[in-house]
Amino acid sequence: MIWPLDIILLCFLVLLSLITAFSRDLLAATVAFSIYSLVLAIVFAQLNAPDVALTEAAVGAGITGLLFVVAITRTTRWEED
Amino acid sequence: MNKDESISVIVRTVANLLFCFIIVYGLYIIMHGHLSPGGGFQGGVIIAASAALLFVAYGYKFADEKYSEKGFTFLKSAGALAFTGLAFAGIGIAFFYNIFWHEQIVLYGPPGTLFSAGIIPFMNFAVGTKVLAGIVIGVFTLGLFQMAKGETDGDGREEGGGGAEE
Repeated sequence: MIWPLDIILLCFLVLLSLITAFSRDLLAATVAFSIYSLVLAIVFAQLNAPDVALTEAAVGAGITGLLFVVAITRTTRWEED
Repeated sequence: MNKDESISVIVRTVANLLFCFIIVYGLYIIMHGHLSPGGGFQGGVIIAASAALLFVAYGYKFADEKYSEKGFTFLKSAGALAFTGLAFAGIGIAFFYNIFWHEQIVLYGPPGTLFSAGIIPFMNFAVGTKVLAGIVIGVFTLGLFQMAKGETDGDGREEGGGGAEE
């Protein structure tokens, strides 16, 4: 385990989760969430959990992001108060 | 993204190229499920992601033509039935007994090789079939259900353009 890489990836995760939570553009939030899942998969693979990493990459970045994109297409893209 | 058109020719070309490779990768994950990380669930999700990629690239009309809920429900039930049937195959000794390996019926190679592990690869394929069909049903039902509702309502999400397809 390379700890500087881990720290960089974890800081990136915090940044991406903040973008996901506070973005007004729901499509941008979805994209940020997909990148979040991919980085989290890298973290899992780095922590010697390749099975969890494979599931996270397939479900988190693939299926969940796609479901959100379909839902945004059917509703609206911008969040309103 | 328009309602009745696909996204763009770039997305369609990339989807055409990647479709086969994603399916082969998913089959690889399922087939090597007893040797390497991954297994039925992960491979099934990856194959379902390829179907969902086609759904996004080609739009709703294509999905409505090609998608058959009966076929995927059949696949889903067949996967679950195959898994349970394989679990019951060695019921003479124990539930989930690996009868294919112990009785040397099929796939009884030495441990660590591809053709080993008896019923476990078959169970991986059963789980993969079920997961693939379930996720495809989920994604396609969500998209197509919303489209059908927009058609019957008439206005959909925007006032001007929705619902004037057919």
